[in-house]
Amino acid sequence: MVENNNNGDKSPEEMVTLDEKGQFLEQTVPGLLSSYEIEIGRSSDTLALIIDPKDLLGIFNILKHDSQTYFDFLVCISVVDYIEYIQIVYHLLSTTKQHKLVVKADLDAGQPSISSLTSLWLGADWYEREGHDLFGVWFEGHPNLEPLLLYEGFEGHPGLKSYPLPEYKEW
Amino acid sequence: MSLLDLLKTISAIMGMLTVLSVIVLSLTLLERKFIGRIQMRKGPNRVGPFGLLQPVADAIKLVAKEDILPTWVDKVIYWVSPLVVFIPTFMIWVTIPVARDVVIRNLDMGLFYIIAFSVLSIVGLISAGWASANKYAIIGGFRAAAQLISYEIPIILSVLAIAMLAGSLNLERIVDAQATKPYIFLQPLGAFLFLCGGLAELGRTPFDIHPAESEVVGGPFVEYSGAHWSVFFLAEYINTFAIAALTTLLFLGGWLFPGLPGNVTASGVLVFLTKTYLVVLVIFWFRGTYPRLRIDQLMSLGWKVLVPLGFINVVVTAVALKTELPEIILGLISFVILASTFWIISVRMRTAPKPEYTVRLYDPSLEGLNAR
Amino acid sequence: MVNMGPQHPSTHGVFRMVMAVDGEVVVDVEPHIGYLHRGSEKLSENELYVQVVTLFDRLDYISNLNNEMVFCRSVEKLMGLEIPERAEYIRVILCELNRVASHLLFFGTFGLDAGAMTPVMYTFREREKIQSMFEMVTGARMMHNYIRIGGVKNDVPEDFHRRMHELIAELRKGIDESDKLLSFNEIFLARTKGIGVISADKAINYGMTGPSLRASGIPMDIRKDEPYSVYDRFDFGIPIGENGDCWDRYYVRVEEMRQSMKIIEQALDQIPEGSTITPTRLVLRPPKGEVYVRGENPRGELGVYLVSDGADRPYRVKVRPPSFCNLMAIKELIKGTYVADSVVILGSLDIVLGEVDR
Repeated sequence: MVENNNNGDKSPEEMVTLDEKGQFLEQTVPGLLSSYEIEIGRSSDTLALIIDPKDLLGIFNILKHDSQTYFDFLVCISVVDYIEYIQIVYHLLSTTKQHKLVVKADLDAGQPSISSLTSLWLGADWYEREGHDLFGVWFEGHPNLEPLLLYEGFEGHPGLKSYPLPEYKEW
Repeated sequence: MSLLDLLKTISAIMGMLTVLSVIVLSLTLLERKFIGRIQMRKGPNRVGPFGLLQPVADAIKLVAKEDILPTWVDKVIYWVSPLVVFIPTFMIWVTIPVARDVVIRNLDMGLFYIIAFSVLSIVGLISAGWASANKYAIIGGFRAAAQLISYEIPIILSVLAIAMLAGSLNLERIVDAQATKPYIFLQPLGAFLFLCGGLAELGRTPFDIHPAESEVVGGPFVEYSGAHWSVFFLAEYINTFAIAALTTLLFLGGWLFPGLPGNVTASGVLVFLTKTYLVVLVIFWFRGTYPRLRIDQLMSLGWKVLVPLGFINVVVTAVALKTELPEIILGLISFVILASTFWIISVRMRTAPKPEYTVRLYDPSLEGLNAR
Repeated sequence: MVNMGPQHPSTHGVFRMVMAVDGEVVVDVEPHIGYLHRGSEKLSENELYVQVVTLFDRLDYISNLNNEMVFCRSVEKLMGLEIPERAEYIRVILCELNRVASHLLFFGTFGLDAGAMTPVMYTFREREKIQSMFEMVTGARMMHNYIRIGGVKNDVPEDFHRRMHELIAELRKGIDESDKLLSFNEIFLARTKGIGVISADKAINYGMTGPSLRASGIPMDIRKDEPYSVYDRFDFGIPIGENGDCWDRYYVRVEEMRQSMKIIEQALDQIPEGSTITPTRLVLRPPKGEVYVRGENPRGELGVYLVSDGADRPYRVKVRPPSFCNLMAIKELIKGTYVADSVVILGSLDIVLGEVDR
């Protein structure tokens, strides 16, 4: 049996180093976004930016259109419920340069709200509707935040940790 | 008309109904077996020896099924529509001869009568689509109307040329005129037009646009079930058989076959049935291999290709008859027109050079990832 | 207004489109999904790591093994787990075989959408052989649960190599046969060429991946861009289309099947002996952290964003399903086409609703 957690006391951020492209990003991105308050961290082996939700559109505009970064591909928008706050995680990819970036924004758990990315990426549409559906995140500027996965009139946001799971019973 | 004549006619009609029903049963089995073989399956083989009783089982199932009446349907039209489709298809058969004198009533205007009556079933399809109170059904009904009306014209034109050649609309005389040469040799273009228009009229692949299963889920028939649906089904198969029979009579020499006596009923019926079933198999073969056309492509094929060709066919035939050209030349001209049409179509469909029809392989080691 | 679905033979599951039609032309379309929403992501948060694999089987139920592999890789990456080389090869062989099976299913159903009823019989015959192979190796025809965290469940049977070579030869023949039957049929070309065109930029903007993106001319394939497992050891090409129309999306997949078989043959030659699983604890507790792992599924990029808080269950599993993103473009693609085209376009995207709705 192999001990499944042989680096137990070290967090994974310290374990992995960035590859070339990641290091390049680590050097260029802070310069590009110097007018915004960002915090640089790691998500596994990828560079992660932690940003203020209100800067979202400005930052993504730069990241998408700047010739050094050119993140033209929005891979995924995930919403994670950390109980005290709700985190939105954007995974970005550049199809030409092949580098990746993770952008995170922490939202207030009571009234999570962030601007919508649909003006930049059409593909953000359903992710945001899903985020609204399951986590109750309000995406400002989204053209149509109707329920996507759940049926109309469903109450509550089942993605949240506070949403109770029904007891399993045989039937 | 004496009472005896009336009784005779009625019994003949009853006999025809029975025979046609049996033919439909055989056709359903034949289709399933044949398409099964095309698709490398066995087809039905459980009910009875070689699955021979399968159509009977199907018929029992269909009749025993519940007849569902959706709430919003227009009841009278809904129940009448199957009959409106069904009756003309049977009435055609009154004047289709199976062998010499084996016919209920051989009309002098036989061909005209058939063409006129076969159009009537369109009304049934539209009204079925309308009465079903279903959007798929109404789309299907309109498709059927557009398709059937536009394809009626090439049929009429090709039949017109035949009538000019034979000098009669009487089907028996048309067959007699083919004693030495079946008209398919004189009119390959006409035969193609007739079969093409016939397929469209039947709503069979590649022209099965109004019952298109993957689009409008059965079109006008979507709400019908049980016995009423089976009436549509019956009509469709009888129509298939009728188109095949007409092709046989008009282009393949009917019950005549070199070396066999044309006047003996038994051999005549046998030859006729063999030819007709072969045509039916060709129709099934299309079904097994072709995808479906789209409605606009179908209409442009009908109006831009088949109708002009039909007119050309009539004119060529008329000129040939007037100038008394040898028949072989008429056949050659017709064949050349047909072949050149196919050539033009295939060239137009492959407007682009061949390389466009391939997908190239991308190798990043050669081009670099920034190729875009 | 025509309501296509959720029960309709051509919506590939329970997908619903509300189409505004003007005669035969679709003026506007509003897609509705969610009929198959089972809350897989939420369920995953309440299952042990080893149990989550079974949930991933049920996302894209046509390419189960590819799904399992992505999840297992994400957990392995989080834990820093090395897996035996033989297991990697078995995974790759089975995943590529699963890709072929998935594309064969697409081939048949796409033919059905276009109105041809024979191709589906041809391709299902081939797919059936693959399913039997899966049954032989994994014990199940669909929900395999064969790829485990740390390797694969068990070694392949003894005559695996011989039977795989036979299978590949048969598949080659069968695919060529089906290809000949359908691909260059004039009517089929008329139905698919130039229909549902999407430009490369639009496709990227929508986040389309996989064959649907490659048909627009972008050679994006995670197996090449970011080689995972042992994909960097094989020589294979990425088929790309030129016009981004339905026919390109179709033919890219046909070519991809051939490339997959090339990979399988190379893998069969290279496969080393050895163990097939790194033993782990039954109740895994990966370290605290998060990881995003991408894998090239038959339908595109399947991504798993896994957040662990050090407990025995995942804190959050977010799935980036390829069909979900490809389906987003449907509105753009269908608008202005004919009703008959809408069915073909939907078919060409090759969606699996289990994955769209999760």
